[in-house]
Amino acid sequence: MLAAAQKDEKKDQALKNLVGHPQTGRDCPFTLLNSPISHTQYPYVTGTSVLGIKYKDGVLLASDMGGSYGSTLRYKSVQRLKPIGKHTLLGAGGEISDFQEIVRYLDELILYDNMWDDGNSLGPKEVHNYLNRLMYNRRNKFNPLWNTLVLGGVKNGQKYLGTVNMIGVHYEENHVATGFGNHLARPIFRDEWHEDMTFEEGVKLLEKCMLVLLYRDRSAVNKLQIAKITEEGATISEPYAIKTHWELEAFKNPATGAVGSW
Amino acid sequence: MGSIGTGYDLSVTTFSPDGRVFQIEYATKAVDNSGTVIGIKCKDGIVLGVEKLIASKMLLEGSNRRIHAVHNHAGMAVAGLAADGRQIVARAKSEATSYENTYGEPIPIKELCERVASYVHLCTLYWWLRPFGSGVILGGYDRDGPQLYMVEPSGVAYRYFGTAIGKGRQAAKTEIEKLKLSEMTCREGVVEVAKIIYGVHDEAKDKAFELEMSWICDESKKQHQKVPADLLEEAKEAAKAAQEDMDAD
Repeated sequence: MLAAAQKDEKKDQALKNLVGHPQTGRDCPFTLLNSPISHTQYPYVTGTSVLGIKYKDGVLLASDMGGSYGSTLRYKSVQRLKPIGKHTLLGAGGEISDFQEIVRYLDELILYDNMWDDGNSLGPKEVHNYLNRLMYNRRNKFNPLWNTLVLGGVKNGQKYLGTVNMIGVHYEENHVATGFGNHLARPIFRDEWHEDMTFEEGVKLLEKCMLVLLYRDRSAVNKLQIAKITEEGATISEPYAIKTHWELEAFKNPATGAVGSW
Repeated sequence: MGSIGTGYDLSVTTFSPDGRVFQIEYATKAVDNSGTVIGIKCKDGIVLGVEKLIASKMLLEGSNRRIHAVHNHAGMAVAGLAADGRQIVARAKSEATSYENTYGEPIPIKELCERVASYVHLCTLYWWLRPFGSGVILGGYDRDGPQLYMVEPSGVAYRYFGTAIGKGRQAAKTEIEKLKLSEMTCREGVVEVAKIIYGVHDEAKDKAFELEMSWICDESKKQHQKVPADLLEEAKEAAKAAQEDMDAD
């Protein structure tokens, strides 16, 4: 009886040593692993492109309201543009739930910033840096937030437009896009964007690019929002649709230029 | 004046024969000796005001904040030991954010007050913790409108129309009772609070003081913020003028 009790004590002691020292999983040190940690992730509900351009009074962002579930256009009223504090707008492509989580983190950041009540507030540059740290740190733990983010804002007359993605790559530019927008919209921006565009010119340019995306990106939906941020603050437009033309000659015989066997 | 509780006042876990816990009473003394703090509930919001006694001319104006935002919709003014007060504010902030993370809505002020009060009370139950040497006036605006609460070092908390703690609390409470709070807007309330604080300030005993005020009202979009600089100046002028009128009599 006594021997059995002693043996249990050893087992208890061994188990006690494990408390606070996980052997597997997210918080386990790499050196104690028996096999590599894998947080295989795939996105479930995704948003497609977000476009951003600087213009005379600030920054304009555009995105559609689609949330795709794989190849199904499942959700058609997803807000992919959000204002952050007084000076910034955030747009996201990629996993919608991760975007919602990012907005939660940012809301807390802005709350603590507001509570100082000292006349200062976080500007777009600071928010961009914070997001970069967030995304990069998650990537290093092999547990990324599966998004490409576009961040635009104005503070003290300085316009700012940047992007961060799920691996932590980040940069600033006069015009940015995520996903398909990089391939379809950026070339148009390179040709037609110029410094100090008016609001009307900016919207026209964005709508032109959104139209191209509508035609050519299968995950695009015809319900978009344009958001603007200036020194006065942020406004996100009501959702609207753009006119598409399907009676064009080029669509009538689609295989004319590339005849196939089927 | 409390009596000296010889022998029964060494620990917060000891009752005296007449049922008092002296350590808590001594903690309350710390609050009573600090600068006056006032809170009033007007018809459209809350106004908080603090008589910040300036210890030294070298202190920067606007530093040593005594009123802190606890969330967007709530603020707290502290009296007594400043470091203890900061700890209570930190706890309140943490409770407010954790409630919002769990339930998805801003913490109701009543709930926030109960959590803060029970935390303050907690520190009166163990011999290895000392009671907080500070009291707080908590003002906030939630679904049920503007609300004002006060938490004392004993952990007791009540809801008020108007209240004061600190040196000049007796005189301040008398003045507050004279006001018709239910008909007053916060704009008017700010001026009244300034007048009261200037009124109860003891020129002889304490030299200089700085007036710190904040509000949460419809005008501030139900957000807790410092009273705007122009209104604060207006209030200070009105208060000084009222003082001169009183002195002239």
